[in-house]
Amino acid sequence: MHDTGAADRVVAAFRARRFRRYPPLGQNARLHPFVAQPLQLSPQQYLCSRRRGAKMAEQTLRILLVDQNVTRASILEEGLREAGYANVAVVRDMQNLLRRIVDADPDVIFIDLENPNRDVLEQMFQVSRCVRRPIAMFVDHSDTDMIRAAVESGVGAYVVDGLRKERVKSILDMAVSRFNAFSELRDELDRARQELEDRKIIDRAKGILMRERGLSEEAAYGLLRKAAMNENRRLAEVAQSVVTAARLLK
Amino acid sequence: MKVILGFIPLLDCASLVVAAERGFAAQEDLELALVRETSWANIRDRVVVGHFDAAHMLGPMTVASTLGIGHVRVPVIAPFALGLGGNAITVSLRLWEQMTREGSSAESDLASHAAALKRVVTSRETAHREPLTFAMVYPFSCHNYELRYWLAAAGIDPDREVRLIVIPPPFLVDALRAGQIDGFCVGEPWNSVAVHAGVGTIVTATTAIWPFSPEKVLGCRLEWAQRHPKQLASLQRALYRASQWCERPEHRAELATLLAQPRYVGAPADLLRRALEGQLTLTTHSKPTHLENFYVPAQHNATFPWVSHALWFYAQMLRWKQIEFSADHLSAVRSTYRPDLYRAALASINPDIPAVDSKIERFFDGTAFDPEEFNAPR
Repeated sequence: MHDTGAADRVVAAFRARRFRRYPPLGQNARLHPFVAQPLQLSPQQYLCSRRRGAKMAEQTLRILLVDQNVTRASILEEGLREAGYANVAVVRDMQNLLRRIVDADPDVIFIDLENPNRDVLEQMFQVSRCVRRPIAMFVDHSDTDMIRAAVESGVGAYVVDGLRKERVKSILDMAVSRFNAFSELRDELDRARQELEDRKIIDRAKGILMRERGLSEEAAYGLLRKAAMNENRRLAEVAQSVVTAARLLK
Repeated sequence: MKVILGFIPLLDCASLVVAAERGFAAQEDLELALVRETSWANIRDRVVVGHFDAAHMLGPMTVASTLGIGHVRVPVIAPFALGLGGNAITVSLRLWEQMTREGSSAESDLASHAAALKRVVTSRETAHREPLTFAMVYPFSCHNYELRYWLAAAGIDPDREVRLIVIPPPFLVDALRAGQIDGFCVGEPWNSVAVHAGVGTIVTATTAIWPFSPEKVLGCRLEWAQRHPKQLASLQRALYRASQWCERPEHRAELATLLAQPRYVGAPADLLRRALEGQLTLTTHSKPTHLENFYVPAQHNATFPWVSHALWFYAQMLRWKQIEFSADHLSAVRSTYRPDLYRAALASINPDIPAVDSKIERFFDGTAFDPEEFNAPR
């Protein structure tokens, strides 16, 4: 996802469709999430968060995201901030990774599984005396389902040793759901882009047939469809052959 | 029957690729789906959660998973080894120059290289300069243990006098060029890539540290092996025949071209071919040197899962304090490597299966690792 237009579209679609009920955070909210927090919640959510007093303590957890995909990282970061986690740091490139981990001193770390530097991260936890030792989530066997959900969504999670897993379950759930939603949207975007490309090439093939054989637009389209059905190929593939052939015969 | 196998793009995924591409899997009614992965941690996790039925794994990784070091404890077994050797140690041009000033030369043996390195390390220490940094690919890997073994044999404490870090293979050459690291231990083709790029010199193949040293294995969950004994045996036979195919000199050019494809290793075919032939160019602009038994896919029982290999890995985990000794662990380690499953699957087609499960492992410094030592009362 290097084309920023596409990235913006994903973020926009994500905001519009999946998380419509949360208003976007303003600049101030980013600076003072605790102050802004109650204003972001519906009265019910507000009461809920007040009732569970412990919840506020959860939000002091320090979270580090290591993700090379800028869009996905910002989607998850935003989700975490909306949920009131103020201490979220994001690492996008791998320069001085250890230094950045030491500075962030995280309780929970997320890394995208496409990232080959996952092995680097794990070894830093193993040997470094400068960082507290986070361990891969979760270390007891009952949580295989949770690991499976995380691996399927493409996120790896590490928690500092000694942190109770109930404390981080909701953050992991959020990471998993946002990673899943992101890849669904990415697939959707890829499909939309493909459809657009297909339509362009079909239009060009139609134009060629109309010009060369004096057909109406409808007849040209019918001809392409029939050829595709007969040859058991996609319409766009047949259209591509027509365009290529026309270029060669020019 | 479809079997999903994960692999990392390295020379020694060869048997998996050949089994899938040259009909050896089909002969056993298996359909192999090979999935290329980006990190060893992903391989481990996807084997553990069942995305992969089996995978191209680092030998010590299967032991670490079985013991649950740093991650979920899930019994993983190694019923088949994916060849011997294939690793080397490469240093930056600057470090090589310092080593030659301290007595190393292209003709030096391993002990003299190590002694020269020790002098470099000591002089940096006296000058209060930053310690040297070496990279390897994973904490539970032969690369880590072989590098440590060599350093320690020269009196260099790998935890104090040098820094050891993990860098994924595709980034090693850039890190060496940028001066972030002074050397690394990795499988081919990455050593040759560094020499070819003019940023490094190969000091030694690790088979010089530990002759006929193991490398990757086929790893799978114990539970999968118990549920699918027939498929596992078929897979072992397909891989065995594929490894025999890889061993034959007349197939090397074809194998190099096959592996060079981007969906497999994606490195230049001529570099892969030279690694297959053991003809490595050790320094830029020099002639290739022939390294005997550099990478062995099938010969010398290269596919047999020696229990002594697993025990040596465990001994290294203890030596470098990755884990504390326990008698339970020891028996878990012994049952990670599965020569019994190897014999059961291959008895009819492999006439040279060893009758014993362990052997004495010998190292360049004259010491031997006798797995019987673990039987001595502690």
